[in-house]
Order: sequence, then structure tokens, then C-alpha cells
Amino acid sequence: MIEAQDLTKVYDGKAAVDHLSFTVEPGRVTGFLGPNGAGKSTTMRMILGLDRPQSGFALINGRRYRDLRDPLHTVGALLEAKSVHPGRSARNHLLFLAQTQGIPASRVEEVLTLVGLQEVADKRAGGFSLGMSQRLGVAVAMLGNPEILLLDEPVNGLDPEGVLWIRNLMKSLAAEGRTVLVSSHLMNEMAVTADHLIVIGRGRLITEASTEDVIARSTDKSVRVRTPDADRLAEMITAAGGKVTRGGAENGAGLLTVTGLESPRIGELAASASVVLYELTPLASLEGAFMELTSGSVEFGAAGTASAAAARAEEGSTP
Amino acid sequence: MTATAPVTPARGPADPAPGRHAGFPGLLRAEWTKIRSVRSTVWTLVIFVVVCIGFTALIAWLTESNWFGPRAAARNVRVLSDPVGFILGTGIGLGQLAIAVLGVLIITSEYSTGVIRASLLAVPRRLPVLAAKAVVFAVLLLVVTEIVAFCSFFVGSAILHAHVPVALGDPGVTRAVIGAGLYLTVLGLLALAIGTMIRHTAGSISTIIGIVFVLPILTGLLPGSWGAHINAYLPEQAGTLITHTHQTADDLLSPWQGFGVLCIWTVLALAVAAYLLEHRDA
Repeated sequence: MIEAQDLTKVYDGKAAVDHLSFTVEPGRVTGFLGPNGAGKSTTMRMILGLDRPQSGFALINGRRYRDLRDPLHTVGALLEAKSVHPGRSARNHLLFLAQTQGIPASRVEEVLTLVGLQEVADKRAGGFSLGMSQRLGVAVAMLGNPEILLLDEPVNGLDPEGVLWIRNLMKSLAAEGRTVLVSSHLMNEMAVTADHLIVIGRGRLITEASTEDVIARSTDKSVRVRTPDADRLAEMITAAGGKVTRGGAENGAGLLTVTGLESPRIGELAASASVVLYELTPLASLEGAFMELTSGSVEFGAAGTASAAAARAEEGSTP
Repeated sequence: MTATAPVTPARGPADPAPGRHAGFPGLLRAEWTKIRSVRSTVWTLVIFVVVCIGFTALIAWLTESNWFGPRAAARNVRVLSDPVGFILGTGIGLGQLAIAVLGVLIITSEYSTGVIRASLLAVPRRLPVLAAKAVVFAVLLLVVTEIVAFCSFFVGSAILHAHVPVALGDPGVTRAVIGAGLYLTVLGLLALAIGTMIRHTAGSISTIIGIVFVLPILTGLLPGSWGAHINAYLPEQAGTLITHTHQTADDLLSPWQGFGVLCIWTVLALAVAAYLLEHRDA
């Protein structure tokens, strides 16, 4: 179990992580979700004792990371930034880490097999593709067979096969009763991987809930409509209380994104006026929920939405 | 990479990998693995060996073949008064650059590649990492530099033996040859400390080169006796005293005092490095 209590980290007078508290339970994949710059990596680094918080603390099974003896037996971490010497082989990288923990060299071979790197284990890691590097990172994390795993953006830049592999790995690790915390800015990835979500923006907790709840709570359900009679339908939708965003025309059909009206109502409106629809797609998704939750907290987002969403963030922080 | 590997780990979480508590010996093994598994370390040491012994032989040969040449008399007096200092001086003077670069690199390469994060995740109390690195590096340097110092001495004295009779049994000679290895070893640790403080390769190498090569020149330009006093206590000036068999009248320190001064500088630098390592975000 991981507990973060009131974690705060200030860089240059600006809070990267702002009084953040949450717990990560074992036995499920917990997604740590937020836009770029929200403070996910900084939070993970504080949990792992790499960065010192200005206030607050993080506990791993009730102890600070730096108080763990041979911590790789308890916690495995895959950080977003690479941490391998390009001139060193994968095997030697794993070997020196194993030696610090008293882990036998045979375990190095086990994790190399686990991640499928045994054939390139003696090649210089600098020549590894991104996918191979991520696999080496997973091998490092699994070296001590830890009960707690922290993975920072593990699917970044991976091909579909690699994404699937990481996804299945995380799920099976959680199913074995381990604690898995995985950060991402990709909402859809989290929707299929995580059982539970911790959503942060601008270093603050926005919400902490099950993935299903976060999706269900989405008020920003939008509907995508394609019709050759876009102008007329848009007028009708607006008159019925919906909001329409016009997209580009394609093959003679206009694209409308509608909020405030659900798809059955739009279908009825279209039928009543004999408007032909080519497409009618409800877009309610984690993506929509996430965008709404974090719209005020995107580091470099568009101006104007900040104040309203900051108020929302305040509400969200006390769920 | 071809097939997708099985995702199921070899053990369940209730059954951690065996062999807990490697302790400090484990860290020493790990640091040795780090040093030997990167080519730059090996190559820097090879360059050091070649430069040291090569330049020693070259200078000795030039001196020997030019023994009766014009304006050789003054130099010959200098050579005869301090034959070990003369034989070892050129090789050490150039070879110390390789040692300083290596001392910087074994820590700054961890920062530039991000390995430091892996190292500190494995040893979150941090200081044992620096301690183990210093011990392993010091032992490696001591072995290599002592071998090189003795080889250089034998090569140089063999080339010069017709005019410069010098043997290990002569007063101060063994101390000076061993001292050359000691000086280079401690200099390597000073470079390690500076690399740990500055964390960037280029800045650290510039700093150690400034301390070893540039500072003595600058303080040498200072007027009066306080310039000489500052000069005498600089790490390089004080540290190399131990490689000379002949004390000159202006030497303010004895060979061992000079070496002690270098050691004090190095211990202070390592203490600052340890403090910064402990207190900075990695």
C-alpha cells in the first residue's frame, strides 16, 4: 500500500505538487492520471525518495522509502526518463542493481526472460529501441519481485504490441495481489487498464474514484452527428437547448458535435424533420470526463476556462 | 525482439527474491560491475598507462641522447639532484589528466545517463553509494597507478642509467615512486568529489583541470611570500611533493606534509559532495 499525505513540492515559487493526499490499495491497478505538467512524475519521485517534499510525506507499507532496507525487494519503479548507461549491457545493468540488494544473478536471467530480452542481454543498451528500453525498465522494476510497482508513463511511445504487453502485465501483477500505480496522460489507456483512478491537475487532487465512477460522473457527454443537412439540424438542436460545434464538411456531410442533448433526442429531432443522418455517435468516455475534470488545470491550456474549472477542482478535491 | 514474453512473474509477491541484505560488500560488488562494464573506463585507464609510460620513455630518451648537447648542463644538474622527480614528472603531469577525467566521469556519467536514479532507488540512503564508489575507485586506481609508477621508473632509469645512477634502494626513491601512485589515486578521488558536486561532465572536468593546471600558474603570479604560501598549499603543488626525492630551499612542506595537504583537500571535497548528494533532489 502507498499513502501520500499532504505532499507539496515547490519549484521556483510555483507548486508542482500542492498538498496532495491519496492512498493506493493493493490488488488493483490504480491509474494516476493528469495532463502533462500536472505533477505526476514529481509525486512519484517524492514517493521514491528521489525528491524531497517541502511538506507532507509518502509511506510505503507504513514506512518512508528511504527507511526501506534493500528497497527493490519491496518497490519496483519504472520512471519515464531512461536510467541506463548507453554503453552498458542490459545484463550488467540488472546485475549491478541485483548486487546492491543481494539478489542472485540467476534472478537477472529470470527477469530478462520475463521481459523477452535474453537474446539482446549482452548488447549495449544505447542501441535499444524505445520498446526494448521499456522492457528493460520493467525488468529492473521486477528484479526484486516487489509487492509494489510504480510505473511512470509505461506505454509512452510503445507500439501496439508493447502497449498490450504492458497492459496485461499490470493487470496480472495486480491480480496477484500487488499494488500497482501507473501514471498516464492517456485517458483511454487508463480506461482499459485501471480499476481505480487518481486524477490530478496542477499538482492537486481532482478526484479519486473507481474508473467506472469517473466515467459515469462525466457531465460532458457529447454526441457526434454527421448529416448532409447540417445547417438545418444545427438550428433545430440549438432551438431544443443543445449546443453545437461545427466541424468541417466531408463528402457533402457536415460534422456537428453536440452537447446538452443526448443522442436519442437528436435522432428524434432529425426524424421529425426528415433530416438524414449518416452518423450519430455518443462520445461519453473517460476522455470526456477527464477533459472536464482537468480543463482548468491544464498547464498550458487555453485561457478563459481557468477560473470556472478551478472552482470545479475545489469541489473535486473533497469528494 | 520477437515473441511476447510471458507476463506471469517467476514468483508470487509473498515469496520475495532470496538473498536479502547485501550490505556494503554488495555495494562494492555493484560499483565494480559498473566500472568494468563501461568501455570508457577501460579506455581511459589504457590511455593513462600509455601516456604515462610512453612520455616517461620519450623524455628520458631525449634527455639521454641530448646529454652533452648545448645548454644541457643546467638541466643535467636538475636531473641529477632529483632523478625520480624528473623521470616520473612528465608522465604524471600528463597522465593525471586521464585520472582526473576518469574520476569525474564515473559519477557524472551516472547523472547524464540517469543511472543515478537507479542507483539511489536501490540505496535510498545515498551516502553508501558514494562511499562504495570511492572505495572501489581508489583500490582500482591504487593498483593501476602503482604499477604504472614502478614501470615508468624502471623504464626511465634504464634509459638514463649511463648518466643518472638511481635505484629503488637510494634514499627516498621508493617513497617517491610509491608516492606517485598515491598522489594520482587521491587526485582521482578529488575529481570524484568535484564530479559529485557539479554533476555535469564538462563543468567538472573544467574545474578539476583549473585546480590542477591553472591555479598553480595564477597563484605563482601573485606577488610576495603569500603568493608562494598559497601556491604551496594547492592540491597539486602540495600533492606532487611526495614524488620528489630532493627538497628545494623554497619548499614550505615536507613530502608527507604535502601529501597530507592533498588528502585534507580531498576529504573536505568528499564531505561537501556527500552533503550535496544527501540533500539535493536526484
